[in-house]
Amino acid sequence: MRKLVSPAGIAAVLGTAVLLSAALAGPGTWGGAATEPAIVDRLAPAGAEHLFGTDDLGRDIFARVMVAARLSLLLTAGATAIGVLGGVLVGLTAAVLPKYPRRALVWVMDMLLAFPWLLLVLFCTVIWGATATGAMLAIGLAGIPNLTRLVYNLAASVSGQDYVRAARVVGVGPFGVLFRHILPNIANPLLVQAAASASVTLLAFAGLSFLDLGVQAPEYDWGRLLNEGIGSIYTNPMGAIGPGITIVFAGLVFTLVAEALADQAGQGVRSVTAAGRASMAPTGPGRAARAEDAAAPDGAVPQGAGTALAEVTDLRIAFPDGEGGLVERVHGVSLSVRPGEIVGIVGESGSGKSLTAMALADLSDASAVVRSATRRFDDIDLNTPLARGEGKRLGTELGIVFQDPLTSLNPALTIGRQLTEVSRTHLGMNRGEARERAAARLRAVGIPDPGDRLRDYPHQFSGGMRQRAMIGMALTGNPRLIIADEPTTALDVTVQKQVLGVLHQAQQATGAAIVLISHDIALVSGFCDRVVVMKDGAVVEELDARRIREEAGHPHTKGLIACLPDMRSDRDRPLPVIDAPLSAVAPPDEAVQGGAVAKVPAGDTGTRSRPSAT
Amino acid sequence: MATAPGPVRPAEPAPASARFTDRLSPRASFAIRRTGRLVASLLIVVVASFLVIHLVPGDPVRAALGPTAPVGLVENTRADLGLDEPVTRQFADYVAGLLQGDLGTSIQTRQDVAEVIAARFPTTLTLASLGFLVAIAGALPIGMGAALLARTARGRSANPVVSGGLGVLIAVPDFLLSVGLIAVFSVWLGLFSPAGWGDLRSSVLPVLGLSLGPMAYLARIVQVEMIKVLDSTYMTTARAKRLPQRIVLFRHALPNIVTATLTVGGLLLSGLTAGTVVIETVFAIPGMGNTLISAVQTKDYPMIQGVVLVFALMVLAVNLIVDLILITIDPRTSISEG
Amino acid sequence: MTALEIENLSIRYGARPVVSDVSLRLERGRTIGLVGESGSGKSSIANAAVGLAPISSGDIRVNGVSAVGRGGRARAARRRMQLIFQDPYSALDPRMPVGASIAEATLATGRTWTRAQRRSRVRELLEQVHLDPDRAGALPSAFSGGQRQRITIARALAGEPDVLIADEVTSALDVSVQSTVLNLLRELLQALGLSIVFISHNLAVVRYISDAIHVMRDGGIVDSGPTESLLDNPSAPYTRELLSAVPVLGERMTFEETAEP
Repeated sequence: MRKLVSPAGIAAVLGTAVLLSAALAGPGTWGGAATEPAIVDRLAPAGAEHLFGTDDLGRDIFARVMVAARLSLLLTAGATAIGVLGGVLVGLTAAVLPKYPRRALVWVMDMLLAFPWLLLVLFCTVIWGATATGAMLAIGLAGIPNLTRLVYNLAASVSGQDYVRAARVVGVGPFGVLFRHILPNIANPLLVQAAASASVTLLAFAGLSFLDLGVQAPEYDWGRLLNEGIGSIYTNPMGAIGPGITIVFAGLVFTLVAEALADQAGQGVRSVTAAGRASMAPTGPGRAARAEDAAAPDGAVPQGAGTALAEVTDLRIAFPDGEGGLVERVHGVSLSVRPGEIVGIVGESGSGKSLTAMALADLSDASAVVRSATRRFDDIDLNTPLARGEGKRLGTELGIVFQDPLTSLNPALTIGRQLTEVSRTHLGMNRGEARERAAARLRAVGIPDPGDRLRDYPHQFSGGMRQRAMIGMALTGNPRLIIADEPTTALDVTVQKQVLGVLHQAQQATGAAIVLISHDIALVSGFCDRVVVMKDGAVVEELDARRIREEAGHPHTKGLIACLPDMRSDRDRPLPVIDAPLSAVAPPDEAVQGGAVAKVPAGDTGTRSRPSAT
Repeated sequence: MATAPGPVRPAEPAPASARFTDRLSPRASFAIRRTGRLVASLLIVVVASFLVIHLVPGDPVRAALGPTAPVGLVENTRADLGLDEPVTRQFADYVAGLLQGDLGTSIQTRQDVAEVIAARFPTTLTLASLGFLVAIAGALPIGMGAALLARTARGRSANPVVSGGLGVLIAVPDFLLSVGLIAVFSVWLGLFSPAGWGDLRSSVLPVLGLSLGPMAYLARIVQVEMIKVLDSTYMTTARAKRLPQRIVLFRHALPNIVTATLTVGGLLLSGLTAGTVVIETVFAIPGMGNTLISAVQTKDYPMIQGVVLVFALMVLAVNLIVDLILITIDPRTSISEG
Repeated sequence: MTALEIENLSIRYGARPVVSDVSLRLERGRTIGLVGESGSGKSSIANAAVGLAPISSGDIRVNGVSAVGRGGRARAARRRMQLIFQDPYSALDPRMPVGASIAEATLATGRTWTRAQRRSRVRELLEQVHLDPDRAGALPSAFSGGQRQRITIARALAGEPDVLIADEVTSALDVSVQSTVLNLLRELLQALGLSIVFISHNLAVVRYISDAIHVMRDGGIVDSGPTESLLDNPSAPYTRELLSAVPVLGERMTFEETAEP
């Protein structure tokens, strides 16, 4: 409700008040001036006396515009009601119908939608005749297919949700689902749509009357006045412009109402999506809360800074918080990668592991504010604009593999085209050479018939094959560093193993260093030489992968290890849990645990000990 | 660059997606579904245009000729139109006539409907085509530019201006826009002629009046799609290759907005064909739309039937062309519908 | 006594078979795990059991009563099973207070509830999943992912089910949250004597919670047995392949034989 004080909300309320008072008081106040012919004044131009001038009978056009407000708005309301009610009725019916009648209904509506709306209106007008009521019916009915589709789509998107399926499982019937779950969740977008369609309807009415197919003389609405005004546009332009502006104003008011409603109404939905997003990458808690963690990374000095292939020191990444400020999500991380080394970065959602890696690759989002003491790849300083030739080197020497190959490969381009670009742009190869190289890389990552598959599009590959192709692409240059961001998370465990094997082989063959980012500490420890553990945008510790179980010192690392069930976990005892929530978003009372829950053996009490509040 | 939480497993396919066409390639299934729709639409269009005269409440001939027309004339006209026959017979005759290009005779002017349409069709087609070309030619650069602008720090402040301008153009209906254009360019500046068709002086305003709204709408679609594409992971992949900016934009981004642009563009184009009705009336252009409006006003049902039919066929032709283009250029399965 | 029996179950979507001829039994108070990769058909079995997907042949019986078909008995039998979903973000109605979501599920008990009974039952259930019962009026957006998953568990319990089907319930959660949810399930299992079908692609998680495991592949069960013997001495080659693919903390992975597809 508080959104009513937004600019759109205020404007909507004021505009509605103006329109309503014109509709209520118009005929009473201006009725005389609007209907009394005054031949002496006929066709007077606009001026102080007649704001929009007078028509060919000397009637004041401004007065007529004000009087016409009632009829215009009533007809709009009528047609909107027909369209919205019809749309809701048919759309919701379609949503609860069984499969085949539903498809038939949707099909018919889709077919009607393929025809321009104006054509449907004209068709209906022919049948009901060129009268005000005829036009109202025509416009209302012609709006039904569109609104039906909209209602149906809204309902369908809701009814596909798990919470609707859950309701069906507990035995809620189709109408219960409709009224308890679907309607509340689509009510607000529907309201917005009703206001928006009122705006469209108003304009459509004006158009129809303007075409002489709507309101007929001696009655008049805004469209009719516009029509009359355009006849004398050379002598009195305001006679046409006045009604025109009024129509635009009224349309605008309805749009603003829709906007204001959306602001309020969307709130719930938006807060939901915001929560969803926050859980994906929570903005860290305040800096103070992290004081004890911040001590750790300083202790973990980046090893061999002089010999590092790539390194960042004191990396800080912040994002706009949407209210003019910045939220820092990575807080002074230092990381270095030696040539040929396999480094794993492990952490939970929101730990900043991907952000760090992307900053290392100089591929941060446009909106990210990245600051660091040093950030370099080999001898290329990434904190300054790239010099000529440095982009080319980054393009060939630094390869990237993302989590979901379906979205990280361009769906509109063939695999061949995507695998030859780097060779052709940066290595100066011709088409044939580049394709040969691409085919060789595909063969190297275990894709059969690589020559043929170059002609395929990404969607023609299976998930595992696609990720192989992505790795092949990272290899087309002469990579010295491959950054793999959750490369196997979207894959099945057996496919994961194969894809990691491919990555491993590539590393063996090229000697490239690898930065592997994952939420899975077992995977990272099994694949990498060194493991960097991150939490809430800071490095908590760096460990030798082989000795991770023995050497893990930070309670967070210990917790990560302990709470992960593996093939040796004791099945008769509860799993240890990490006391402080790692990914709890808004209300961090994940720790509201029962007494049955074991605590991490708290040797070091670096963890924030939280009273087991209940 | 959100760090994903644990692995979200791909859901197993829902039974709803299982259709017999699933066994075919996506393109073939798309083609079959669209052909089915085209044939059904054709049928509906023919039936609907046939029904025009039958759905009118009361006696259509009396309504057309007016209350003062002599009874004999009304009876004769009714016989001429074949309204005395059983409906099935009438429909058969109607379809047979259509197949021979016979659309009947005007009640009011006694002209052959097909001849009138043939004389006026080229004007309408030219107007619609010009309008479409202008809309596309304007929408692509404006939409792409606006998307790129929105991603630069400075451009973000200019973005509301662009969006607002597009929003106004979308919201103002074509007849109002045309009146505004006439007021500014004919009345005030005296640059262009407010009515007529054929030469440059008289053609500019109708084409603008017809195309500016759709252009703004399409530009917004292009902008939204472009922003979506620019935010996608595969664009990060393209950036990782450090390719020249123009390759990143035109080779990696552009193809991915074509499907959405064309789909909406097709809808707009069919909207444009109907928009000519309004524009031709405002600018007094002797096209089919003008004919339709006067036919509706005079209740000249055979003329209405003919013109509505031709407009509907134009719309179907546009849809067909868009589908054909989609099927040739879109490599993906994304050519699906509800 | 047998809580759930699935006999020669087949499911096809259109012409495509997704589950073929699967049979399994779940004794009361026990937990069986269904493990397999995507497309193996494990979730389809879950959906078919609770009536969200049609089956093409076979039978599903709860406490000896068939849960297949449209009849009232089958419908009642289906309600004896409740499903917990993978994604706690889409499993709760964003506009319905969590207490109302839980209360709605009491419908599955088949009894009539007074408003007061329902309210006290909701409080009881929230306490059972270690959430503050005073927060029953809050919307799902006020809860974290792990808390939401607890709420969906409470909702499933509100139906007083004999069989709980947990479909990848921890896959969308971070490991730290996963362990709390797993512990909760174990706790409920002991306290309420529930029978659980636990579906996951994660072998270690399934192993931790299940008494017996069925390994699925391409719509069929390829291996089954008591958890210990199945995993300690895997006989089926596919089970062995799955086992060898699971990374073990601190042990370097070996890739020799798996490089080629």
